[in-house]
Amino acid sequence: MKREKSSSDVLWSCFLLRSCAGVQGGFAPTGGWRMPAGSGRGRSVLQRSLSLLLSGLCCLALLSLPVRAEEETGFDLDYYGRFRGQNLSINVFNWGEYISDGSDGSLNVNKAFEELTGITVNYATFATNEELYSKLKGGGARYDIVIPSDYMVARMIEEGMLEPLDFANIPNFENIYPQYRNPEYDPENLYSVPYTAGTVGIIYNTTRVQEPVESWGILWDERYSGDILMFSNSRDAFGVAEKYLGFSLNTTDPAELTACANLLLEQKPLVQAYVMDEIFDKMISGEAAIAPYYAGDYLTMADTNEDLAFSIPKEGTNLFVDAICIPKGAQQKEAAEMYVNFMCEGTVAADNITYIGYTTPNSAAYALLDPEIQEDPVSYPPAEVLENTEPFLALDQETGLLLDSLWTEVLTTDSGYNKWAMPVFVVVAVALSISLTLVRRWRKKRDQFK
Amino acid sequence: MNRHKGLSRAYTAVVLAFLYLPILVLIVFSFNKNKSRGAWTGFTLDWYRKLFTNDMILTAFMNTLIVAVVSSIFATVIGTAAAIGINSMNRWMKKSLRTLTYIPIMSPEIIMGVSLMLLFVFLRTELGLPLEMGLCTLILSHITFNIPYVIFNVLPKLRQMDKYAYDAALDLGCNPWQAFYKVVIPEIMPGITAGFLMAVTYSLDDFVISYFTAGPTSQTLPLAIWGQLRRRVSPEMNALSAIVFVVVLALLVAGNFSAIRRENRDRKAVGR
Amino acid sequence: MKAKFASVPYLVWIVIFTIIPMLLIIVFAFTSPEGSFTIANISAVGRYTDVIMKSIWLAAVATAVCLLLSYPFAYILSRRPARQQQVSLMLIMLPMWMSFLLRTFAWMTLLEKTGLINRMLGVFGVGPLEMINTSGAVVLGMVYNYMPFMILPLHSVMMKIDNSIIEAAQDLGASPMRVFFRVVLPLSFPGVSSGITMVFVPAVSTFIISRMLGGGSNLMIGDLIDMQFLGNAYNPHLGSAISLVLMVIILLCMSIMNQFDDDVDMEGAIL
Repeated sequence: MKREKSSSDVLWSCFLLRSCAGVQGGFAPTGGWRMPAGSGRGRSVLQRSLSLLLSGLCCLALLSLPVRAEEETGFDLDYYGRFRGQNLSINVFNWGEYISDGSDGSLNVNKAFEELTGITVNYATFATNEELYSKLKGGGARYDIVIPSDYMVARMIEEGMLEPLDFANIPNFENIYPQYRNPEYDPENLYSVPYTAGTVGIIYNTTRVQEPVESWGILWDERYSGDILMFSNSRDAFGVAEKYLGFSLNTTDPAELTACANLLLEQKPLVQAYVMDEIFDKMISGEAAIAPYYAGDYLTMADTNEDLAFSIPKEGTNLFVDAICIPKGAQQKEAAEMYVNFMCEGTVAADNITYIGYTTPNSAAYALLDPEIQEDPVSYPPAEVLENTEPFLALDQETGLLLDSLWTEVLTTDSGYNKWAMPVFVVVAVALSISLTLVRRWRKKRDQFK
Repeated sequence: MNRHKGLSRAYTAVVLAFLYLPILVLIVFSFNKNKSRGAWTGFTLDWYRKLFTNDMILTAFMNTLIVAVVSSIFATVIGTAAAIGINSMNRWMKKSLRTLTYIPIMSPEIIMGVSLMLLFVFLRTELGLPLEMGLCTLILSHITFNIPYVIFNVLPKLRQMDKYAYDAALDLGCNPWQAFYKVVIPEIMPGITAGFLMAVTYSLDDFVISYFTAGPTSQTLPLAIWGQLRRRVSPEMNALSAIVFVVVLALLVAGNFSAIRRENRDRKAVGR
Repeated sequence: MKAKFASVPYLVWIVIFTIIPMLLIIVFAFTSPEGSFTIANISAVGRYTDVIMKSIWLAAVATAVCLLLSYPFAYILSRRPARQQQVSLMLIMLPMWMSFLLRTFAWMTLLEKTGLINRMLGVFGVGPLEMINTSGAVVLGMVYNYMPFMILPLHSVMMKIDNSIIEAAQDLGASPMRVFFRVVLPLSFPGVSSGITMVFVPAVSTFIISRMLGGGSNLMIGDLIDMQFLGNAYNPHLGSAISLVLMVIILLCMSIMNQFDDDVDMEGAIL
């Protein structure tokens, strides 16, 4: 409700906004129109009844699946009902394609949470850890929930960007496997609750790649030139090169990092595009044939395109954990903790993980999974694969900057265009403009003397 | 001459085809059964049906409309007042103000977006204003880039206006406000309307500035599309834009027809 | 009440929302994260000379293609009866009502390796051609998106060229070529120059077209700026420095353009 204070213009706009939203809500289909944040104050009786009617309709619409199921499985309604009627809203910032969103008959996690608690969820997505960091650091947007990966959690803790969690509000933390508690990135487990885990491997299209994929080296194979996709974020891209060269994923040696950058530069002519979430479409449609990516997303892609296969190279790979955190400046901390707790509910986490395909750190969820998924070697790889993995740790600031600038260099170096074209063009343009001015001046002078 | 005419016709057609090819693709694929783009697997109207139950898209659509309308109204009011002010200034001030007004139009969108983002963050962190990235910041930025369009639509109308009309109204016993409302405003109304419409158009389609100044609670349609572009654009988006396209087309055609009819009527009236 | 004061709210507005933000960029560009004065950011931009040059080059090519395509179109249009002109102008504006993100996305569908064009070519046994993720695709995207900005100012200037002037030149025995170069071209210069600015400025600073059609490896200045502010390498000070450089480039280009005609009538061009 802070908006009211800023200026009268804004006040008016908020007023308009509110009345629009209220009126429009009445015409919205049964899907359930979300009221804007803080629309509780000063609403007319009509609007109130409209929204009541609406929520009634929502319930009806949802009765068919999730809500009923949840009530039967027994949520702690006292706990979840605490904020009902207060019109709270939380802003959730998650990776793209990283939550069960109700498509294809799956559970719509956010909607279920809204129904259960009366808290509105504003959901936005990012593509890379670094993007998340930038948006938190400089974007000026307020988020209540973010889901960074391990090394980014560590960096954010170090820079004081995260709020310590009140685990009294997150009783479901007990569902998290002991081996996922007190991780290296958050040694005392004050700031984060593990959301998912997974490995990075090579996804390839078996109709185009007939040989067995055993090494990261295939990403440098010229036969697949133009069919290769590559990570667009620095840490994962360098991770691939580091593993291929046999370095640690957390090397701080500038020489090693430079070697990796050179290797990535060498790969550049073969790469079709540098992508993150775009990979889904490109791999599914067969636009590209090989790409390093996260194991869980392979499962999602393989649902649609059966030709895809997944392999973890023999050089080893990265084992990552993504964790739910609350950033500093969050305004609805308790509501956010409620969201964290909800995500850790066995049933919710099970449905969610089934949809996104990653590894769950949640014992209650694991117990509820299909046996087929429980035994899936992609999501739950055997011990010998896990032995050969390494987590990302936070890099010191200097190394971080070096990595960023090396990566920008890799992305921006372009062998394919003529460096001389541009200077020549500039010189010609300037010469032309000068001569034109001179000619014009000369003409003017001549005209004067006529 | 005939050959020339044919050639120029063909050329016009080719350019228009170039402009409309992607739009045709978009509309056609809004009827495609397959969710992923490219492959045509059969005709369906499902996406149009689903569109109206998709919260995310509908919220974004509403936000877009709210931002466009609210920001355009403010921009029209401020811009019209500014134009009236500028019109009554002396030559030097007029010129410098006009140059100032070109800045938002001529500077690249990304720079405007970035600089406004810096401003909002600055206002919040350094001055402690409760200005969170959200609808408010979005509307403020849209007003900023909309005002110049209003000014440049209204100014020419003011220039065309008879300078003495206002004075005459005063002489005939109007007070200054009455003179303003009854004489000046009707004279420049076409400019104001055009400015408003232009502002709405630019605001509806703006992505870059919104990208830098929106928050999690103020997804507009272009931002939602951008979010989807990274993964796969759901055909519902195609459906929505097809609807918008058809509606605009219908409005334009209707406008055009009524213009033709008016013209014909006028001609008849003159003929009589 | 003086009418002059009606523009006070606007002045306040433009100071807060245009001038102060621009100053903020300059301040950021010359300060280190710790807040002290430095020119390290500006000199760091030097590392990206390649990207900057390439952006200018691609934008210049796109502008030239736009001009070559639009000029005949605008001319043909301006010689048609008024009603046809109106309809055609509407047809040109109409695509702008569809989200330009979606229109660019449609080009992805067309240009991809498994896209519509390649499939069509496949029927004739040609291809598949590599079209997407090249700088050519980026130029195509720019031409497509910004062509209306070229056609409209050109048309609005050419519309004003009186047919009788052209006829007079013809009657006086000028060849069609001569008529074009001595009459039509000089008269349409203001349109050309404002059209060039209207296309070049957004083209040189885009980051969407290059990302969507360039595959993440045809980066442009806009991508660099986005990267530093909301992307993969957070450093708003460097980002501001790059923005500043971009502004300087644009100012330079505009001043070069201004050499080509004495009084740019921007108003006519924009409206």
